[in-house]
Amino acid sequence: MTAAISGVGMHPFGRFPDRSVTDLGVTAVRAALTETGDAPIDAAFCGTAYAGVAAGHKVLDAIGRTGIPIVDVEAGCASGAAALALAVDAVESARRERVLAFGIEKMPKGMIRSTFFEPWREQAGLAATPATFALRAQLLLRDTGLTKHDLAHVVVANRARGVHNPDAMYRSDTTVEEVLASRVVCEPLHLHMLCSPNEGAAAVVVERSGAVDVLAATLGSHLPGNVLSEATPLAGLVDDSIPPPTTLVAYEAYEAAGVGPGDLDLVECQDTDAARQLISIAELGLCERGDLAAWVAGSARVPVNVSGGLLSKGEPLGASALGQVVELVHQLRGAAGDRQVADARVGLAHTVGRGANASVIILRRS
Amino acid sequence: MTTTELHEGLVALVDGEPRLVAGYSPTSKRFHFPRADVCPYSGAADVESRHLSPTGTLWTWTAVTAAPPSYSGPVPYGFGVVELPEGIRVVTRITESNPDALRAGQPMVLVLDTVATEDGERSIYAFAPA
Repeated sequence: MTAAISGVGMHPFGRFPDRSVTDLGVTAVRAALTETGDAPIDAAFCGTAYAGVAAGHKVLDAIGRTGIPIVDVEAGCASGAAALALAVDAVESARRERVLAFGIEKMPKGMIRSTFFEPWREQAGLAATPATFALRAQLLLRDTGLTKHDLAHVVVANRARGVHNPDAMYRSDTTVEEVLASRVVCEPLHLHMLCSPNEGAAAVVVERSGAVDVLAATLGSHLPGNVLSEATPLAGLVDDSIPPPTTLVAYEAYEAAGVGPGDLDLVECQDTDAARQLISIAELGLCERGDLAAWVAGSARVPVNVSGGLLSKGEPLGASALGQVVELVHQLRGAAGDRQVADARVGLAHTVGRGANASVIILRRS
Repeated sequence: MTTTELHEGLVALVDGEPRLVAGYSPTSKRFHFPRADVCPYSGAADVESRHLSPTGTLWTWTAVTAAPPSYSGPVPYGFGVVELPEGIRVVTRITESNPDALRAGQPMVLVLDTVATEDGERSIYAFAPA
């Protein structure tokens, strides 16, 4: 039996100084439960990296205490995907009938700080998140002949999509010139090539039947040795053949789903920075790394980040993956309005982050 | 080292010169850094301490332009990955903070850098253009 999604809800992504992270979650969860006619749920998983102890419980307090198990789940950028994977497992095993998976986050301001790092590494300057992004970006440009203009073009394309997304933080167009005029954060990445950590929530109800089937909800980590893996080690091997976490998980998902990269009608992938989107496209098997320049120039076979991506939405860690899923569900229902991809039947959502934690979710219109 | 190390065990002095202390596992025949009790490749607990070569080549680099959380050292500072002959790539501070002044494959040499912390100045490994 394949689990299905019967209800979705969102709180927009952005900055909401007058709302608590609990408030954000309540909005999203209420919207998802409303779609299912408030049918009773028998378990809940809450994805969050920063919301603290009993984060999920505080949200469900506002909905009603029923004694069901509520478990908070942390898997970095894939926290929401992990919550969904647990919900899917519970329903497919027939242990639960109807499970809520939601993600909530109110990111602290400033450069992302993670208890992942030992204090000495932070003090040494060896824990700066955008710096690692920049190293991957530099390698990408060197290997592929892509340029900063191409990275800026990715931002322009995603932001143009975000104009049509009422749940996105940035809803205005930008230009290559504006992106390149923004200050350099860590060469080659300029400020506007990086997404903004922010706040938001998303929720999904999983049960045995619904408008959208979950063909795969896979999680995975990494093999040892890739020095630029999302596990951010201090060393690795001189070996460029080690599959990255995204690729490991994607191929497991494709096999579980019985689909390949060529069967996808749309993809929501990790775009924490513009280079990361292109890296994701290659690691997911949508395009060879060597063909990325052609992809950017317009030969893209499948629409990527029609929601506007994290570059438009911002990134509230616990909510990101489920925000992608909510977008896919609207698309697969044919209810995505101005963002609608024609005849969308199969979609993929991808996140990857520190852990390493990678997730690939494949959905199909029922 | 006249300045206290930021973190013990990363660097050893050999004839007065710094060397990174790696772990080596005869089972996997691979080096890892920092030295761990168990080899991340083989899972074997047969890890020996080995000193890595002090010279290598620059693989990838950038400069950090804003102080990250808990960092009180100078800004901007160079940051990147150096490849060493032992088949290992090491993440490191780089003493050159202008990315345009560096090139792929550039010869690099291990040095000791200094960062300010709440407890005073501390030494940390870095690589410099050779």
